[in-house]
Formats: sequence, C-alpha cells, structure tokens
Amino acid sequence: MTAWPTAAEWGIVALSLKVSVLAVALTVPVSYALAWLLARRRFPGRILLDAAVHLPLVLPPVVTGWVLLLLFGRTGPLGHWLEEATGLVLVFRWTGAALAAAVMALPLMVRAMRLSIEAVDRRLVGAARTLGATPWRAFLTITLPLSLPGVLAGTVLGFARSLGEFGATITFASNIPGQTRTLPLAIYTGLQVPGEEAAVTRLAIISVVLSVAALLASEWLVRRSHGRRAHVL
Amino acid sequence: MSFDVALTYRAGQGARACAIRSAARLVAVTGPSGIGKTSLLNCIAGLHRPLSGHVRIGGETLFDSAAGIDLPPERRHAGYVFQDLRLFPHRTVSANLAYGEHAEPGWMTRAEALEFLGIAHLARRFPATLSGGEAKRVAIGRALLAAPRFLLLDEPLTSLDAPRAEEILRLIERIRDELGLPTLLVSHAAAEVERLAGEVVMLD
Repeated sequence: MTAWPTAAEWGIVALSLKVSVLAVALTVPVSYALAWLLARRRFPGRILLDAAVHLPLVLPPVVTGWVLLLLFGRTGPLGHWLEEATGLVLVFRWTGAALAAAVMALPLMVRAMRLSIEAVDRRLVGAARTLGATPWRAFLTITLPLSLPGVLAGTVLGFARSLGEFGATITFASNIPGQTRTLPLAIYTGLQVPGEEAAVTRLAIISVVLSVAALLASEWLVRRSHGRRAHVL
Repeated sequence: MSFDVALTYRAGQGARACAIRSAARLVAVTGPSGIGKTSLLNCIAGLHRPLSGHVRIGGETLFDSAAGIDLPPERRHAGYVFQDLRLFPHRTVSANLAYGEHAEPGWMTRAEALEFLGIAHLARRFPATLSGGEAKRVAIGRALLAAPRFLLLDEPLTSLDAPRAEEILRLIERIRDELGLPTLLVSHAAAEVERLAGEVVMLD
C-alpha cells in the first residue's frame, strides 16, 4: 500500500482548507455585525433580515448556488460590477468556491454569535457607560470580549460547514481540478469513476477527521466559557 | 444646591413624578418597593430617558426636556453603585477599578482607593470569587475612581450580614464626610436612612 495522503490528495485538502479559510475570514465580520444587529437592535425589516440570513440554511444548496450565479456570474449585476471595478472574476474560480462556502456558513455563524451576544448582560454595558465609556468603547471592552466564545465557536462551526460545502459550490464554481474541486467534490467525482473506491474512502476519512476536529473544538470553546449546559448544536 | 431634580418618568406599568430640591450632601430616597426608586436613579444616570423634567446636580444641568439637553451617561460623571453591582466578570478587581479611572488632580489614585476601601489584597481576583461585602466595596471603589461629580447608591446594604452592613455604612459615612460628593441614596431601610441622610425624600 502506498503512503497516503498522496500528493494529489494533499492538493485537494490544501485547496479545501484555502477555500474554507477565505470563506470564514469573509464571513466572521459580516456575521458578527448581523448577529449584533439582530440581537441588540429593533428596526423595521428586522424579521426580513433574520429570514434572509437564514435562507441558505433552508434553501436547497443548488438554489443558493444558482442565485449566486445570477448575481455574481460575469453578466450578473454584482459579478459584472466586480469585474469592471476590480478585475475580479469569481465564477469557476477558487474564490467563487469560497464565496459559495461563505454564504452557506453565514446562518450557522450568525446563530452562534447571536446567542452569545444575547447572553451578554446589557446592564454591564449600562455600567460601563456610567463609568465614562462611549457606546463604541463599551462594545469593544464589554460586549465583544464577553461574546468571544460564541465568535470562536461560530467560526469553527462555519469552517466545518465550509469544508463540507457541495451543492452551492458545484453550481456556482463548478468542479474544476485544482481550482474548485474541494474534498466533497473530489469524493463525488471519485464516485462517478469505477475502481476509485479506495481513493474515495481515503478522502472520506480525511473529511471525517477534519469535521470531527472542528466540531469538538467548537463545543470545547463554548463549554469552556459558558458552563456545561451551553452548546452550539 | 446639590440636587435639583424634577422628573416624570416611566417605572413599571405607570408614570411617576418626583421632585428633589436639597442642599444636603446626602439625600435619601425611600418608599415601598416597586415605586420606581431604581428607575429614578437610572434616569439621573442617563440610562433611562425620562418623560419630562430636569436634572441639575451641583449646578450642572444633565437633563432638561424643555431646553433639549440630554447628556449621554458617559458625560454625566455619575458614580453609580448598582444594587446588583454589575462588576465586569471578565476583568480582575484591579481592571474593574481601572475601567473608569479618571486621573484628576487632587482626586484619589487607584492605590489610595484600594487602601480607602480595604480591598488591596483582592486586586488580582475575579469578581466571581468575591464575597458579597468584598464585591460591594469593589463596586463603590470603581464608581469613586471615575472621579464622579456625584454618587448614586442603590440599596447599598442589601444582601449583607449585619457586620458587613455596618462596614459599608461606615464607608458611606466616610465618603460623605471626607470626599464631600453629593450623594443620592436609595433605601427602604429606615435605620440606614436615619443615620446617613441629611434629607429624606419619600416616593409614594
């Protein structure tokens, strides 16, 4: 038996990690801002925003991918603008795979972060204000550090979700070796070819190991700071 | 005039009105529970918005609905000791004290505050590890170190046993006599009010 993971498998894992890291890096600030808005502010259209954030969680991923294609394809309004303004093309590129993964991870990340922001006692923010803190300083010194466990947990969860993204990715970014063929897509491709069972098994084992590690890390982070009863799942 | 407060504000289900005009250094606000004593303090500190009226303390206008003045809490310089203390759980005692620390010439330093309150040995502990009396002293110290222009004390003796309560009472007396800050004390305990206050306002 040859040593594994092979170079090709390493390439797939590296691409998956690269896509997921970019996806999560894009999504963390956006998710936190959305989570804070939904947790702390009452404004017209809040329910609509809440629904929109959750949409990728309940839509068939292929539909999410198709919507991304409409918006971010080279003739789509956002895709066209992005190419004009920055020369950046997302569709059929690894950056596109990252965008698809980011959109799919968003609801999970917002949920985890929102719970932890809601768990921060607002009276502490009031106390900070009476001690001379502006709203912004009170946010940075009270709300943000106290909600950090949820941010970390949400980030790990979003990372795991990104690693597993399939439907939106294959629809929007396609299945191009070395570009957008992440772990799940490589497994799917392997399944289409007779005699690839061993390769598929190896990739599947790698997926399981990565996902379980991410999940355990997420649970551990939340429990460490919120006590035994708290969990993200 | 230390206190010139006339407010209508929401408390619980209804609207309340309250007027305090006093030159006393320590004014006690008393009345049955649920009458809106804490809401009054929150309005004075700027955490709740009153319906109408004005708040002037030590000659400075903090709120005046007629003149359109409504300073945000961070500009009111209130030393607010909450009934539930609200120490920051992720900060040590020392970092809690430092939070609002405001170096002002002639005002106490952190070291002096630790000494004044007898909490120097607690500096590195986290709030969750403090006893009720210790936490209360830290909360008072945190409010004092922000160099406030006045103090708001909300039921400072609740949930303390008799010896601890006596310690805090003495501390409030020292604050009143040595620091000379206008102080509004909310309490429903007659003995405490009797002993501390230069003037008593009854809410009903």
